[in-house]
Parts: sequence; structure tokens; C-alpha cells
Amino acid sequence: MSKDQKQWVAGHVAALPKSGIRDFFELVAKLKGQDVISLGVGEPDFVTPWHIRESAIFALERGKTYYTSNLGLIELRRAINAYVEEHFNVSYRPDDQVLVTVGVSEALDLAFRAFCNPGDKVLYHQPCYVSYHPSIALVHAQGIAVPTYAKDNFALTAEALSAAWQPGAKILMLNLPCNPTGGTCSREQLEKIAAFCREKDLLVLSDEIYSELTFDGTHTSIASLPGMAERTIFLHGFSKAFAMTGWRIGYACGPASLIDAMMKVHQYSMMCASIIAQEAAIEALQRGWDNVLKMREQYHRRRDLIVRRFNEIGLTCHQPRGSFYAFPNITSSGLSEKEFSINLIDKEKVAVVPGTAFGANGAGHVRACFATAYDQLIEACDRIERFVHAKR
Amino acid sequence: MNPVLKLLIEGSNLTVGQMAEVAGMTESDVNQHLEQLKKEKIFLGWRPVLDLSREAAAAVAVRAVIEVKITPERGGGFNRLADRISRFDEVESCYLMSGAYDLLVFVKGPSLQRVAAFVSEKLSTVDGVISTSTHFMLRSYKEQGFLLNGGEVQNTRLNVAP
Repeated sequence: MSKDQKQWVAGHVAALPKSGIRDFFELVAKLKGQDVISLGVGEPDFVTPWHIRESAIFALERGKTYYTSNLGLIELRRAINAYVEEHFNVSYRPDDQVLVTVGVSEALDLAFRAFCNPGDKVLYHQPCYVSYHPSIALVHAQGIAVPTYAKDNFALTAEALSAAWQPGAKILMLNLPCNPTGGTCSREQLEKIAAFCREKDLLVLSDEIYSELTFDGTHTSIASLPGMAERTIFLHGFSKAFAMTGWRIGYACGPASLIDAMMKVHQYSMMCASIIAQEAAIEALQRGWDNVLKMREQYHRRRDLIVRRFNEIGLTCHQPRGSFYAFPNITSSGLSEKEFSINLIDKEKVAVVPGTAFGANGAGHVRACFATAYDQLIEACDRIERFVHAKR
Repeated sequence: MNPVLKLLIEGSNLTVGQMAEVAGMTESDVNQHLEQLKKEKIFLGWRPVLDLSREAAAAVAVRAVIEVKITPERGGGFNRLADRISRFDEVESCYLMSGAYDLLVFVKGPSLQRVAAFVSEKLSTVDGVISTSTHFMLRSYKEQGFLLNGGEVQNTRLNVAP
């Protein structure tokens, strides 16, 4: 028996902090069976539309159980290009500019592994999705957090980006609309960011997984701006808009030489995404848009409801322009984001996620996911109101 | 469109209070909209969707679908006869159809005999009815959007996820 098995864990993995979400997950798991309303999730409450599920069943019935091309099924890559062209106004060759991945998470990991040398600097806006910083650390690169602020509706500004920039910075990671803030950038804001990227010769990784869930105005992809497609990896997937989280299917589009580099890593690690999920994805792209619009309308109304209630309760909440997250400021309760979340689950059985789980700039906020049925959402708001008023 | 009507179309099953929250208006606004919809005869009433095969104490109902051929009338077309047939308590729904028959009539009764009697004594003897073809329903799998046998599994989403 070895004296300490931990000695075998790689140093940079041992040094990764535990996810703040994980801690909270354990806490909520202890309340199993109790009347918990969870606003702590990161996925739709809708089950994948039946026509998509049925097409996967049909694929299985026809014996579609093999590996696919490393890049993914060509029919899917063609459908992806048609979809991206229609909705994002940028075009990619299905043959060598589109790579199908196991969710955007894999695509992101591939990008960092393919483009980062040890010590390379990666800029990312924060608060942000929990995996960005660890993924950067796993390739021995250096993450530089660019703060976003409630006063800007958590949009990334070129000013903040410029202030955080350091010589030698190589990559800018974007997630607009953003998990956890729902913040996104207007076209004008994006143009300034794009100009900065061109000036500083930055490669952009743009995770646009929430783009279909944009409620105010239209979504602009940075890849569609002049001079940007050649320096942008467009990352997208099916999890949010098509309610397909468990299928684990996403894609990356970009210049052929960069997609080829990502493909190298992909072919030696994942080989290909599940063929069943790929078949389902084709169906989603070809016939799923009506359902996307229906779901978006529901999220839109729920957003209006929860943001209004938070502000009425006295928890200042900016209007998240996209995603299905509200990110209210809870400092008026006199509690820290962690105390607020722990006490709320304890006293009122409502789960939210402390903002600091998404980086230090999330302090004073909590993330509340509104992908929940109306009656649950209303009940959750009533409970939060009772909780906050009891604190005062 | 009337925001309350929008919620009703979606069949989201909300109380007046909840509709008010969702639509961002007061309860009395919602009630006013409902009254207006009733006045305009758009909103006709509430009906529960029940699966009585699960309730042993419920009286067994026999349901049938009847294809009815009728003779249209000069001036009135099919409407007068369709209206006359629709007024029977046994008739749950009645539709004018294109194709091989004219009216599709959904009928409910306490027993097979009673439904058969309704068809032979009431329906087929109406002046203008040329023929009827009755199909008894054996089992229901979906009622007005609700799957009767399980449907989706209980929500298995994780309570907290990134």
C-alpha cells in the first residue's frame, strides 16, 4: 500500500480548485425528498422535442451504430453550415471548416489544447462559466480575467478588455450571452472588441451556446464582423436552444488550418461524437426551429417575471438580454452570496448558486436559473421574498 | 393578441393569480380579459382532462365516433342539421368534414346499448341523415395533448449544475 496515493496526481490538477458548484450540489443533495425548488440548474426544463428523439430511435432501428468521420457526419456538417449561415451570417465549408464535438465543452477543451503553449495568455470575461479558468490551467496557460459589471448589464466592454490586456496575450475567450449573467454585447460594443482583437492580433474563441435565447434585439456573432472570421473559432451546440443537454453534441467552425489542429486532438482522444446524437442533431437543425421559438418565448416571459420580482423584493437585478439566468445583486440582504445561498436553501428550500462560483467578480450576486415552470417560479419568488423580508 | 388568450392557447394551466404574475398585470386585469373573452364567445369555459380508466369508482363510459352522411339543404348547407345533432347531450363534439362523409360526431354514453340506441333511435332518424357508421373506441392513448400512459419520466434534472 502506497503511503499517499495523492502523490500520483499531477501537480497542476491537484492545484485546480474544487468547483463552487460542486460544493453546493452536495449541500442540496442532502435535502433529497424535501420540497426543494431548484433555480440552481444550468439546463432547460423542456425535454428534447419528440421529433428529435424519434429520429434518434429511427437511426438506431436502421443500424446506425458505427463510428463516423472524425469531423462528424457530412450531412450534419452541411446542415450546420446552412444553419450558421442563416442565423449568424457567416459561412463555413462543411468539408474542412466544421468539426462536430461532444458538446461545446469538448470543443473548448480542444481549442485550448490546440492553440495554447505553456505560459500563453488567455483573456476571458468574468463572471463566467465555471470551466473556462480550469480548462486554461489544464493546458498550462495563464488566464487573465476581464471584469464585467452590473452597470453595463454585464456586457464586456472594450475599455475593460484594454485595461486587462497584457503584452503577449494570445486568445480572447467570449461567451455571449453569458452564463451566469445573461450579459451580451450590442453590435457596436462587439465592433469595438473586434477592432481591439485585430489591433492586438488576438485569436477569438466565441462560445455562443445561448445565442438563440436572446430576448432583446438580435444576436450578433463576432465571427460575422469584417476581418473576424479568419481569427475566430465559432463554438456552438444543441444543448440550450434545442433542449439537448444530455446528448452531448456541439461544434466548432473556423479557418481550416485551425479546425485541422483541433481535429488532430479530437481524433486521438474522442475520435467522433456519438452517431445517435449526430443523427438527432440533423433533425434538430432541419425541423427544430419552431420549437426553439416556442421555448424562447417561454423563457422570455419567465425572465420578465423573475427580474420584476427580484427588483420588487429589493434585490437589484439587471435585465439579462439572453440565456436563462438572472443574476441579482443580493447585498441589500446584508449577507454574502454564499451565506445568502446557504441560508435560503436551509430556511426556504430554494436553491440558487453563489455568484463567486463563477469567479471573484460574481461576489454579491447569485445565479437564479429561470428554466422552470411558472408555478414553481412564482412559488420560488414568494419564498425568496419571505426570506429577504425576514432578514430585514 | 390578448395576453390572457395567449396563455390559454398554450394550455399552461395557471390560476388567475399565476396568470397575472406571468403576464405582468394585476389579477383584476386578468379577470377583465377573461370576461371580455367570454363576452366575445372566444373563451367558452373550463373542462378538466381526466383519465377515468385509473378511477375504479368512476362510471364506465362508452365512447364512439360516428361518421354521418347528411343531405345539405338549400340556403343552409349543413349547418342546421349539424346544429340539431350537436344539441343532443350524448354528443361531445361534432365536426363538418371533407371526404367520404359529412359530419364526424363524438358520442358518449353509459353503455354500449345506450350509445347504440342513441344512434339508431335519435341520430339516424333525423330527417336528412342518409347513413351512419359507428366506431366504438377501445382505448385512449392521448387526450387533448396529455399522454395517458406515463408520458415523460419524472424530471431527472440535477438540482444544481454549471
